[in-house]
Amino acid sequence: MRKNHAALAAAALAVCLTATACGGGDDAAAQAQTAKGPIKIWLSNNPDELAWGKQMVKAWNAEHPKEKVTAQEIPAGNSSEEVIGAAITAGNAPCLVFNTAPVAVPQFQKQGGLVSLSSFEGADAYIEERTGAKAEQYKSEDGQFYQMPWKSNPVMIFYNKGLFEKAGIDPENPPLSTYDEFLQTSSKLVESGTSQAAIWPAPSSEFFQSWFDFYPLFAAQSGGQALVEDGQAQFDSEAGTAVADFWASMYEQGLAQKELYNGDAFADEKAAMAIVGPWAIAVYGESIDWGAVPVPTASGMPAEEVSTFSDAKNVGMYTSCENQGTAWEVLKFATSEEQDGTLLETSGQMPLRQNLQQVYPDYFEQNPEYVAFADQAERTVEVPNVDNSIEIWQTFRDGWTESVIFGKSAPDAALSDAAEEVDGLAGQS
Amino acid sequence: MTAGPQDTGPQSTGHAAKRRPSPVTAVLGRHPVGGLLVAPYVVFLVAVFAYPLGFAVWMSFHDYFFTAPGVTVERPFVGLDNYVAVLGDPDVRQAFFNIVVFLVINVPLTVSVALLLAAGLNQAVRMRTLLRVAYYVPYVTASVAVVGVWLFLFNTNGLVNDVLGPLAPDPSWLVNSLLAMPSIAFFVAWKQLGFFVLLYLAALQNVPKELYEAAAVDGASRVRTFFAVTVPGVRPATVLVVILATITGANLFTEPYLLTGGGGPDGASTSPVLLMYQLGIEQGNPDTAAAIGVLLVLGVLLLGLANRRFVRGGD
Repeated sequence: MRKNHAALAAAALAVCLTATACGGGDDAAAQAQTAKGPIKIWLSNNPDELAWGKQMVKAWNAEHPKEKVTAQEIPAGNSSEEVIGAAITAGNAPCLVFNTAPVAVPQFQKQGGLVSLSSFEGADAYIEERTGAKAEQYKSEDGQFYQMPWKSNPVMIFYNKGLFEKAGIDPENPPLSTYDEFLQTSSKLVESGTSQAAIWPAPSSEFFQSWFDFYPLFAAQSGGQALVEDGQAQFDSEAGTAVADFWASMYEQGLAQKELYNGDAFADEKAAMAIVGPWAIAVYGESIDWGAVPVPTASGMPAEEVSTFSDAKNVGMYTSCENQGTAWEVLKFATSEEQDGTLLETSGQMPLRQNLQQVYPDYFEQNPEYVAFADQAERTVEVPNVDNSIEIWQTFRDGWTESVIFGKSAPDAALSDAAEEVDGLAGQS
Repeated sequence: MTAGPQDTGPQSTGHAAKRRPSPVTAVLGRHPVGGLLVAPYVVFLVAVFAYPLGFAVWMSFHDYFFTAPGVTVERPFVGLDNYVAVLGDPDVRQAFFNIVVFLVINVPLTVSVALLLAAGLNQAVRMRTLLRVAYYVPYVTASVAVVGVWLFLFNTNGLVNDVLGPLAPDPSWLVNSLLAMPSIAFFVAWKQLGFFVLLYLAALQNVPKELYEAAAVDGASRVRTFFAVTVPGVRPATVLVVILATITGANLFTEPYLLTGGGGPDGASTSPVLLMYQLGIEQGNPDTAAAIGVLLVLGVLLLGLANRRFVRGGD
């Protein structure tokens, strides 16, 4: 009998949801927003982030026995975004995912999968106070936050001092700030046989690969522009063309390879440089004597003016969450000054919190190698938070591989064609 | 000799034929238990194959995207708009062209090499089991692992180019627009060979030995015997191999995704299924992805029918 009641209730709920005839949708959403109770969260499978997540959950659970948090790794899939998208459709996404890619937020929002954090009392003020002016980049087109800016991995040029020395380049002050210097340094590395490639960004066609070749340099050259602003592509410009021409020269001269490297070219010393975030310090730190400099610009720029790509990962709250009141409290707890500090110590990744070096002076005193990345974290550019975001990046990437990597067309023409398509996509809802 | 029940069989059958079947028999057939036994598979087929296929066709005629449960959005009927969009997209046309190139190389290669190897293995006396296992190992090994090996073999500084020396192609195999898809076709043929060799080995057991003896008596050479006895003898298996190789080939995904870095160079190895993944899953346009899928299904069906007619010949 109980089963029958349950089945009837489930059927009624399904009819309500499908037909939206019950008129209680808004009430239910409002109730969920204040509801407290146990919640589930997903964490990235990165060992450092898992370690941070486990201690965060333990600390929360110790204080909140009736609102227990259960954490697990994001289930395996081709990408986290694919898994989260499927979970949204199936209605079994967890309350919070501590690995939500900003590029996927517009799509998750369109799916009706994300809770507007702005709907929680004081949320906007909390986010803006914590992240500062950079928070603006994470607002959706409707002016609301559907993601909590969490941590960034501002990318810089990481180089192998040993290989530089071998090629006769000053490893302490390598000439890498202008495009000409970068090309000359790269030529020395390759022509001397020191490394197979000067730098080896993945030349493959995945939409996100442009974040690690074009985008950081474009952010720097353009003085902090995003790929799309106000519904218009920004890369069909002098800055975009300069970056494209620079990379085209790198590929044409064989200083960057057109072929996918099967492994880690920098770790294997097949490439003397890499475009990476602060996570690289822990990964390469013990095996390679490294240095880090800002990405180059056409005519050079003081380091304190150079912008770069943020490579941020944020936290999303998902609409399938029944106890959103608890989820919001957990989200604030996980992004508190104390937990941000623990994240920094555990992973070396930069919490998206303003004035990092002033907030955690002890950490940066003890870990001076992270200072350059913390400084760079103050000037980061995010992927544009616009509809069709992934399609826009794929369109850009297709034009990039065709022209810049494989030289089948002129880079400026390819950028113009891609910009025309991107303008159309950015204007669609 | 006593008259057994079989003696009355024809009489009773003839009598029953005149009777009308009961309504139960008309619905459930003469063996309802048989229906019960096949029911699980029918349910499986409907749930895993028929329903998704029907849903994909429906999606391809609507403006559709995936939403969270309970989210109500308009999904208007758009007629052939999605089909017009995909057919007008040069990337889609390139992907279908790529898959034709793949099939033209992969299917004949698979059939001929699998049959030759099976014929050889069928006659081998020494190390027969070892060889059969050796050919089967790539088939059961995860593509991700095997792709890693092929990347080492076929990259610019790989073993193959080292052996070829000045004859090595430039750009190398997997980043060469002309050679990327043929390279994938060879890779897939090699990887799946074990399975098709097994099919042919099973078929070869059914070719009567007398035919080989007669060919030997007639003085036929080995080559003549192969073409006059073996090839026609395994023709039903060849039909199966051709159709299976065509279907699996048309569904190519893993290799362009991993071996050529997402269909590179510059889309030269993009397959329709890879494009469906990009459009439907990554970019959130399952309606246009479904239209590509429906076109692919229709194409494979037509190819399958043509294959069957061509390979079976006058049978």
